[in-house]
Amino acid sequence: MNKLTIAVMLVAALALTACDKNKRFGDDALGAGAAGIAAGSASDPTSPAYFNQTIGDRVLFAVDQSTLSPEAQDVLTKQAAWLTENPEYSAIIEGHADEQGTREYNLALGARRASSVQDFLIDRGVAPARLKTISYGKERPLAICSDESCYNQNRRAVTVLTAGAGV
Amino acid sequence: MNIIRILTIALAITGLAPVATAPARAEPLRIVIDEGVIEPLPFAIPGFVGAAGESAQYAAEITRVVAADLAGTGLFREIPATAYISSVTSFDAPVAYSDWKAINAQALITGAVDVSGGNVVVKFRLFDVFSGAPLGEGLQFVGTVAGWRRIAHKVADVVYSRITGEGGYFDSRVVFVSEQGPKNARLKRLAIMDYDGANVQYLTDSGSLVLAPRFSPTGDRVLYTSYESGSPRIMLLDVASVNRVVLGAQDANMTFAPRFSPDGGSVVFSLEQGGNSDIYAMAIDGGNLRRLTQDPSIETAPSFSPDGSKIVFESDRSGTQQLYVMAASGGEATRISFGQGRYGTPVWSPRGDLIAFTKQNAGRFHIGVMRTDGSEERLLTASFLDEGPSWSPNGRVIIFTRESQGESGEAALYSVDISGRNLRRVATPGAASDPAWGPLQN
Repeated sequence: MNKLTIAVMLVAALALTACDKNKRFGDDALGAGAAGIAAGSASDPTSPAYFNQTIGDRVLFAVDQSTLSPEAQDVLTKQAAWLTENPEYSAIIEGHADEQGTREYNLALGARRASSVQDFLIDRGVAPARLKTISYGKERPLAICSDESCYNQNRRAVTVLTAGAGV
Repeated sequence: MNIIRILTIALAITGLAPVATAPARAEPLRIVIDEGVIEPLPFAIPGFVGAAGESAQYAAEITRVVAADLAGTGLFREIPATAYISSVTSFDAPVAYSDWKAINAQALITGAVDVSGGNVVVKFRLFDVFSGAPLGEGLQFVGTVAGWRRIAHKVADVVYSRITGEGGYFDSRVVFVSEQGPKNARLKRLAIMDYDGANVQYLTDSGSLVLAPRFSPTGDRVLYTSYESGSPRIMLLDVASVNRVVLGAQDANMTFAPRFSPDGGSVVFSLEQGGNSDIYAMAIDGGNLRRLTQDPSIETAPSFSPDGSKIVFESDRSGTQQLYVMAASGGEATRISFGQGRYGTPVWSPRGDLIAFTKQNAGRFHIGVMRTDGSEERLLTASFLDEGPSWSPNGRVIIFTRESQGESGEAALYSVDISGRNLRRVATPGAASDPAWGPLQN
């Protein structure tokens, strides 16, 4: 059952279809870098692979925080420039929290994190209509140990590219 | 689920007057839960009488469920049948009190079961052994054979109520999230079961993430949060038909943490827009949307007082998660949590006297209770991750999620008495989280 779902998702990703919401969600569940579109070579600066790997598709946060560190701002400045130069893509920003916290609070915290990334990208010139946010709270950790070495990877906001000029 | 019609008929107890020779005890058989029960009350429950065949089979099963309900409270202790001196072969035979007294049974439960034509009839009596007298009238329950466990729970509810003076909680159901798969690819679906883990049914498939179901006051509908539409949205599900609809406020970025009002007519929940979560209310048909908090901080996990006049919720407006109470119409809120650490997921007791919550402090999670003004805080549990308390219908027991740590960490349901005693795992077919305890069934 689980394997079947995964196979379906990979096929969808390879076929470069516009992201179905449920399937894209599954991509992140696999810890596959949350790439809605896995295409091109990382050496091609117009490719989603370049965005995901070379620029970096995610920023990390301190415990309970949604403020952007200087490093995060650096990544997001490059993300904004890439999005400006590649108007055929839009993005869904996923906000996540680590497991230290109650379910509802973490949903709200994930939304805060996604929103602060969205605000930053808009401030750097990305059209608001191209950006959407979604919070997964603590529901989709990337690293699954129960200490800070995993928690700091899970407190993240991931910019997931989607095909099309508007979300 | 199948609809069971259960009739309650008080039986005339003929020819079963208290045995005159039994010395009356000054104090009636009684457990006063508030005083702290140290020693569980010993009871005997000889197998209910049933004619050979189907009746005898169900009689044995029903007896076991009644005994398990009572013993499971931690307030009662079953005396093993091997210790019995008397046997009960006829429901109407006189009770040999001295035989039960000799093995220190303080309560004696006798019963008879008759199965015919798809129906099951259960008669039972409760005796105060040391007073040598019945405690209350004999009762009879009638229902379908398919619903035999509910009848057993009803018998146990009556026994529990007569001895404790509290309402029962055994004939009730729990809705929860059934979980599968590793932490980073977890599949979740809604499920419903009897309070003791029997009769599990799945209400949704695992195609989309679902969180935190909540029962309507009558138990026939469930509110929950689902990613089915692509974004987290509140959904309303009818338990019998399993039909579900997205509920109101469709243009919000995220709606979550829903809970019914005590009259079932409206929903209080969190709505997130632009990264800010506030508390809103709307009618159960999705209309009449009202904003109840107006703060840049996180406001979530609202829960009504049982009279519907107030709402308790959590907010990090002070810098950390804390509990606040406001009028049901919104407006100024009063902070009620002041201990060390963070407080979340407050739930008002159905009795109105307490608020249960999740507390995080020094790297540990606790389930606790406090008075509605925040006084007399007591922590009932401690673990790596305990969260999401939900009250039994009588406000005596709390069910919650406990998750173990590490890469193989898994969620399970636990229950604990509000005294902090009788912590036990609730049986589920696999990992489970976010339990919500429903009302006593009719």
